[in-house]
Amino acid sequence: MSEKPIRVLVAKPGLDGHDRGAKVIARALRDAGMEVIYTGLRQTPEQIAAAAIQEDVDVVAMSILSGAHNHLFPKVVKLLKDQNADDILIIGGGVIPEDDIPGLKEAGIAEIFTPGTSTTEVIEYIENSVKKSS
Amino acid sequence: MELAERLLKGDKRACARLISLVENEDKEAVDILKKLYKHTGNAHIIGITGPPGGGKSTLTDKLAKMLRKEGKKIGIIAVDPTSPFTGGSILGDRVRMSDLTTDPGVFIRSMGTRGHLGGLSKGTQSAIKVLDIYGADYIFVETVGVGQSEVDIVKTADTVVMVMVPGLGDDIQAIKAGVMEIGDIFVVNKSDLEGADRTALEIEMMLDFKKHNGWRPPVIKASATEKTGIDNIIEKIKNHKNHMVKTGQFHIRREENIKLEILNLVKEKLMTMIAKKSNDSNEIDSLYKDVLEKRLDPYTARDKIIDLVKK
Amino acid sequence: MFEDEKLEKIRNSKKEWQETTLSKTISRFPERKEKFRTGSGDEVKRLYTPEDVKDFDYNEELGFPGQYPYTRGVQPTMYRGRLWTMRQYAGYATAEESNKRYKYLLEQGQTGLSVAFDLPTQIGYDSNHPLAEGEVGKVGVAIDSLKDMEILFDGIPLDKVSTSMTINAPAAVLLAMYIAVAEKQGVSQDKLRGTIQNDILKEYIARGTYIFPPQPSMRLITDIFEYCSKNVPKWNTISISGYHIREAGSSAVQEVAFTLANGIAYVQAAIDAGLDVDSFAPRLSFFFNAHNDLLEEVAKFRAARRLWAKIMKERFKAKNPKSMRMKFHTQTAGSTLTAQQPDNNIIRVTIQTLAAVLGGTQSLHTNSRDEALALPTEESVRIALRTQQIVAHESGVTETIDPLAGSYYVESLTNKIEEEAAKYIEKIDELGGSPKAIEKGYVQKEIQESAYDYQKEVESGKRIVVGVNKYQIDEEPPKDILKVDPEVERLQREKLENLKEERDNEKVKASLEALRTAAQGSENTMPYILDAVKAYATLGEICGVLREEFGEYQQSIIL
Repeated sequence: MSEKPIRVLVAKPGLDGHDRGAKVIARALRDAGMEVIYTGLRQTPEQIAAAAIQEDVDVVAMSILSGAHNHLFPKVVKLLKDQNADDILIIGGGVIPEDDIPGLKEAGIAEIFTPGTSTTEVIEYIENSVKKSS
Repeated sequence: MELAERLLKGDKRACARLISLVENEDKEAVDILKKLYKHTGNAHIIGITGPPGGGKSTLTDKLAKMLRKEGKKIGIIAVDPTSPFTGGSILGDRVRMSDLTTDPGVFIRSMGTRGHLGGLSKGTQSAIKVLDIYGADYIFVETVGVGQSEVDIVKTADTVVMVMVPGLGDDIQAIKAGVMEIGDIFVVNKSDLEGADRTALEIEMMLDFKKHNGWRPPVIKASATEKTGIDNIIEKIKNHKNHMVKTGQFHIRREENIKLEILNLVKEKLMTMIAKKSNDSNEIDSLYKDVLEKRLDPYTARDKIIDLVKK
Repeated sequence: MFEDEKLEKIRNSKKEWQETTLSKTISRFPERKEKFRTGSGDEVKRLYTPEDVKDFDYNEELGFPGQYPYTRGVQPTMYRGRLWTMRQYAGYATAEESNKRYKYLLEQGQTGLSVAFDLPTQIGYDSNHPLAEGEVGKVGVAIDSLKDMEILFDGIPLDKVSTSMTINAPAAVLLAMYIAVAEKQGVSQDKLRGTIQNDILKEYIARGTYIFPPQPSMRLITDIFEYCSKNVPKWNTISISGYHIREAGSSAVQEVAFTLANGIAYVQAAIDAGLDVDSFAPRLSFFFNAHNDLLEEVAKFRAARRLWAKIMKERFKAKNPKSMRMKFHTQTAGSTLTAQQPDNNIIRVTIQTLAAVLGGTQSLHTNSRDEALALPTEESVRIALRTQQIVAHESGVTETIDPLAGSYYVESLTNKIEEEAAKYIEKIDELGGSPKAIEKGYVQKEIQESAYDYQKEVESGKRIVVGVNKYQIDEEPPKDILKVDPEVERLQREKLENLKEERDNEKVKASLEALRTAAQGSENTMPYILDAVKAYATLGEICGVLREEFGEYQQSIIL
């Protein structure tokens, strides 16, 4: 195991408690050989950014189903940028309307995964993106 | 600014990055640690260990919060197992320390064992050094807690807190052999549960059977969720260190630990050298074959390998 | 159910059929799969015959509608007497907006209201709390105080409708607000009909909108039981919910097992608090999920009813038959809806509606086709309601009671689900009951395993989801999606500020302190909450006092 594992923070911002998706993704990433740091429910953008920095993760993966994504996702991006950590790949998932995606990408979310996405797609996306940047 | 400088200034991002680098055995990181080693030695290193389900993370959270009230800077390393099959892991200890995440005086790092046995991960020792240089007054190291003997923590920590819970029943008998030797402080957590008094009594009795070197480990009933007994644990942690310093045991323990660590580093280095040699030529591999086919014995083979590495 | 001689005959002819007709066909045309399975993964046989129900005792296992063990339904005439309550879960943005939607739904023929609250309300925060940022009015209506509640039910006579409120941790507060609004309308408490969800255990397991630790939470629940049994006798004080457990990924069997295990914990808690089982048990209600596997779902509902009846009679020694009767609400499965080709969801919901109706539900919410994308539009909500109306009036399945009874397959599946659920309950009993099993993470872990297995099956193509992993098309992103105006958050905060200026703040303070004292002691908290609500103390203030006294729950995650 000399190759360093990819480290991913799986976070649930906002107040919604539906963590089925986040947990399935966490397990799938682990089974793909990644180190997954799981934050639990009800994380503020500040908590997510602070954890991402302390854990020195390659990726922050957020899941949200309440509709607060337009508010919360960009905030995490901004907080990381403020702390010079904009090299961390930020991705999001959940019930996110198609029209919101361009705005979120513009705000710095690298990719948005909507319902029906397979875990394999997410794994491949992370592996390819992290390899490219390192 | 250089990583080293930023770390000395207490920059969290630099601290985090350096821990990753040492964990991944990066050469640059080792150079930095060489340069900054003289800045280590200030932190009180506390091991938090014990069987699974004992509430170690919640207890660590509460201990850290109380020390924060004294204005102390805290580092926390939480180790979770890595899957031997996939090399991946889910590190979930942060969940119970959510409130500490944004506290500027707290740094929490989750680590996977990455194939290392003994309750800690390979990078833990180096990560402790980084946090020490970073300026932590107290560093909590929470072991995997798989219920096996987690011996590494004694070789790493100044004070080991053993966290037990009521209702372990026969388990306490089974684990006492490994456990009783390593705890400097015993905590019966979740003391609001039935059987707490009995568990505490059992531990006391077992401790009575042992010889103590001037420090009789205290047994404290606590409830991390109810926040009782926390101040008592902190007091005992401090007392333990004072006692160690006063009696000179602190020095002896650190020296012992340093000796073990250096020998470990030597062993590791030797293994890498052998692996490298073995990659470069098949001299070593052919020795294995010679032993297999009885042309050579293992002891002579060992001497030959050492000669080869020396060259 | 059959005599031995007749069974022997059937067995022989089955053997003959297998050796001749069947084997000839199979050798030429093998079956589609090696093994067939239910949605829960249990193997399904090729054919069910009287052999599969041979030890079946009709009177004991099925009985008659409205009688123990209620397998065939809880009312003697079921839908021949009265159709189920069509109850669409709705609410978003402000109380004003939601009030309009309720009036629209009532005009469209809906017969009961179902209130969705936004997340800050569900977690006991006012709209100006930092954690509420971005969440106000998003998944439901924002309620900060009695003032909002007055607007929410403006012009809706509370003695005429029954109202279901999806509220758990702060259920006591919202119920108190409802009672206070009714009082202002001149409707006394004893006339109120409706349900509060009030099921905290499944929040720890699956839904996540908890506030307090288990012990004080259970106390608030039993306080409500006691208060309502005396003052609001027609109110369903809890809706013990399997819905979210299933949404989190459990199987049908686990849904029944974990829900009933939670039910057992509530009954036990109330008995331990000194209540007589028959004083509160008739007001317990349940809430289940309707998935796509039609026959397994029907069997699930029947099994759940029978198992609960037995538990109440045998374990808790209930005497009143009403205590043994499992009434339940059903909602179609949000997790089965796909963002791809969303119109297909109408068909999924239709199948699920049939499952609920053939399973004998007392009320039903049908999901809208666009829920995997966003909040449903008015048009989608109407189609969802029409789906129920078509099943009710055109399908014919309502004309007789429990029409699938006696099907060899359905009866054997009903037995199997009951058996397997009982085994789970036994295991949970061994762990010390549901709250302990949740604390240890056992229940969550079982559900996560099922959820992960399901995901892997979909990704490997073993399980087909139309439009997702088969029969995909290129499609335009959907239009006309309902979005909550971010302005709502500002408006709501403004209302809150105004309220704090207008109300009698001394009175608020006094009522909150009285509540604090009650919380510290062992008195019933309900009357104090009611006083605080009437003084226009906000939800956040009331829950804030309780947070200080009770502490907050910390999730135990096990992955």
